[in-house]
Amino acid sequence: MVASSSMFFAGCSKLPEIILQSDDQNAGPGSPGPAFSVETVLRAENISKAFDGHVVLRDVSLSVMRGELISIIGPSGCGKSTFLRCLNFLEIPDDGVVTIADDTIRRNRGPWKAKDEAQAHQLRAHVGMVFQSFNLFPHRTVLDNVMLAPRVVKRTSAPVAEAEARDLLDKVGLGAAALRYPGTLSGGQQQRAAIARALAMRPEVMLYDEPTSALDPRMSEEVLGVMRALDEEGMTQIVVTHDMRFARAASDRTVFMEGGGIVESGDPDLMWDNPTDPRTRAFLGSSLR
Amino acid sequence: MISFLIRLALCLASLLPAAGWSAPVRWASDGTSNVPYLFHDPADQSRMAGFENDIVTELGRRIGRDTEFVQNDWDGLIPGLQRGFYEMVIDGIEMTPEHMEALDFSKPYYVTSERIVVRRDQAGLDSFERLGGHTIGTLKDTLAERMLRERADVTLRTYDEESNVFADLRDGRLDAVLIDGPIALYYGEADPMLRLVGPPVGQLSYGIAFRKGANVLLRQKMDAAIESMVRDGSLHRILARWNLWTPEMAEWTGDHAEPAISPDEWTRYLNAIRKSQGMKARMERYVGFLPLIFRGALMTLAVSACAMCLAVLLGMILALLRRYGPGWAGLLAGLYIEVVRGTPLLIQILFIFYGLPAIGVRLSPFVAGVLGLGLNYAAYEAENYRAGLQSVARGQMEAATALNMTHTQALRYVVVPQAFRVVVPVMTNDFISLLKDSSLVSIITLTELSQTYVRLSSTYFDYFGTGLMVGAAYLLLGLPFVRLAKMAERRLAVSERRSVRN
Ligand SMILES: Nc1ncnc2c1ncn2[C@@H]1O[C@H](COP(=O)(O)OP(=O)(O)OP(=O)(O)O)[C@@H](O)[C@H]1O
Ligand SMILES: [Mg+2]
Repeated sequence: MVASSSMFFAGCSKLPEIILQSDDQNAGPGSPGPAFSVETVLRAENISKAFDGHVVLRDVSLSVMRGELISIIGPSGCGKSTFLRCLNFLEIPDDGVVTIADDTIRRNRGPWKAKDEAQAHQLRAHVGMVFQSFNLFPHRTVLDNVMLAPRVVKRTSAPVAEAEARDLLDKVGLGAAALRYPGTLSGGQQQRAAIARALAMRPEVMLYDEPTSALDPRMSEEVLGVMRALDEEGMTQIVVTHDMRFARAASDRTVFMEGGGIVESGDPDLMWDNPTDPRTRAFLGSSLR
Repeated sequence: MISFLIRLALCLASLLPAAGWSAPVRWASDGTSNVPYLFHDPADQSRMAGFENDIVTELGRRIGRDTEFVQNDWDGLIPGLQRGFYEMVIDGIEMTPEHMEALDFSKPYYVTSERIVVRRDQAGLDSFERLGGHTIGTLKDTLAERMLRERADVTLRTYDEESNVFADLRDGRLDAVLIDGPIALYYGEADPMLRLVGPPVGQLSYGIAFRKGANVLLRQKMDAAIESMVRDGSLHRILARWNLWTPEMAEWTGDHAEPAISPDEWTRYLNAIRKSQGMKARMERYVGFLPLIFRGALMTLAVSACAMCLAVLLGMILALLRRYGPGWAGLLAGLYIEVVRGTPLLIQILFIFYGLPAIGVRLSPFVAGVLGLGLNYAAYEAENYRAGLQSVARGQMEAATALNMTHTQALRYVVVPQAFRVVVPVMTNDFISLLKDSSLVSIITLTELSQTYVRLSSTYFDYFGTGLMVGAAYLLLGLPFVRLAKMAERRLAVSERRSVRN
């Protein structure tokens, strides 16, 4: 399935223009503006972020097509997590624009007001997030973890929420663990439960911050398998990872960051075989060993 | 018919001032550990006895008004008078220049002296001069204390409670006690281990204390009533029945007669405490204590429970403000917590009860006690909750936010329930220590468990048995709270799961 999905999306990630012509139904004759906006599900433009004057992100831009699986790689501390968290406003960017689906938030160094938080709330409805440390709610069963947000945020009725939650748990292979508490599960099971929990909100984009870094290889494979399956279904996914094998084999596009900016991005095979920037070459060279 | 109505109305109208006139005069004293001034009759705990009680009753009769006794702690007597809780204080208040500066006094109703009490086997300490080189005990703020302070050769130890002075004398921690005559007689002479020795020392007068400049008319009537009691010998009779007629009284009243009055109150008291020495009498007495201890325990429970509710509620608000509120609110909450935790609870309770009236806030003892304890414990609860919130990993709030919960939803469904688990055991302990700290409200005239202990034990000089009983009462009170907390914890775990699916 890896092969099929990456092949299917290979063209679109490398050359957006091609898709425009082939896939865009909305781009009727004379329709104004760039037609690919329909296909772009997430766009970040010129995101900048500093912590106490220490600049962590500098004008980072990234557009993501629907159904893409994007890996973000780069040395520790280069700003990968911060960038990812800026996309759903867990971190508030100082500057820049984030558009996800049809919600846009512009930042212009102003204070973050209640109105902005309300906008962020709308925008977050399109985004699910998975953390390195799972962050399951330890005081609730796995099933309750998955049901909680739909119940509380969307006011879904209990039977509907439970049915959907059980479906999702089946899908990530945790149907039998529904009534267990997170503390009694293995790391791999917990991370899969976390993915199910995020999916329960029916996001259009999934963000992962090093989802397998806390897991041994066998458990990592369980989680990556789920992500590949999602990719098959056409889920848009952005994955910050140190797993170079996964980044190369599974992703449609790899983004290499260093020093608070994107150095290079493109087809993973091209990047590995023929990196254009010496920094990329150095990083991939060292991380292969 | 109409004329009848008019007559009736006139009749009622004429009753009105009389009704106002006969409103009882409220007088305060500390009826705990206060033999022979005012105390609970050992033979019948519900009856107040004491020579001051007899004098007040007679004075009231003479001025044509009922009297109403108000119990207050010794330290609270004068503050309560200043606040207007009652019109008079009658509790062996010495008419010293300092007191007369701050208070108005009636004529003295009793004149006496300080007396020396020693252990029965102790020889040689039979005059004020010969106390030198010894450890002497007395009560705070008395003539005896002032006299002993002048003596550089005396090691002085002062006490709040007379029963403690004599306990220390019996146990050999003191060599002698110099103390007001009535106390010396009833605690020293009545005790088979002790005896009164030597001639009287100094002279002092007790008067009825009034708030400065207030109730002048009442004071004048009291003066007249005292004079009339002196004239017709009824004061002499009362004091003689208590075995308290002194040469000083004879001197002051000019009444040198020696009528044959049997000291029946004195003998009655002696018999009562002698009878209470036997094992069987003791047991019977303890059974008699049970209703009083039960009542005290109820009061302790009521004060503590109300204070706990206040503390939990306010504590949560403070903790949430501090962590999630706007900057200035968090700062204020922090300041509150620091101030409350940095000052003694005792001061806070006294301040609320006696201090706040200065700005027009008058609270009943119960409300003041609940407020004092509740406001204080709220600060500790707030810190407890803060620690609980901090114990919840940051990632939990982030995960909830990423799932698009609002801040309030994240707190309610994710953070607070987890914090609660950490907080409950600490809260249980806090509740139990609040139960114990509630003993402090006895100082603002609430008769709860500790107050009951002091009263009962000092009447019978029995700190041991009574102490065991009261201690057991506290333990029993605490038990349900431990169980309650455990139950709540279980219930919480269950209800949480339900809240999502149903
Ligand atoms: N909340 C914060 N406050 C201050 N500095 C921060 C904060 N979060 C991140 N930083 C700093 O920003 C820089 C980028 O951090 P970030 O976590 O985005 O790096 P990363 O690329 O994800 O690294 P890693 O691979 O180690 O996870 C680091 O120097 C980090 O110390
Ligand atoms: Mg990171």
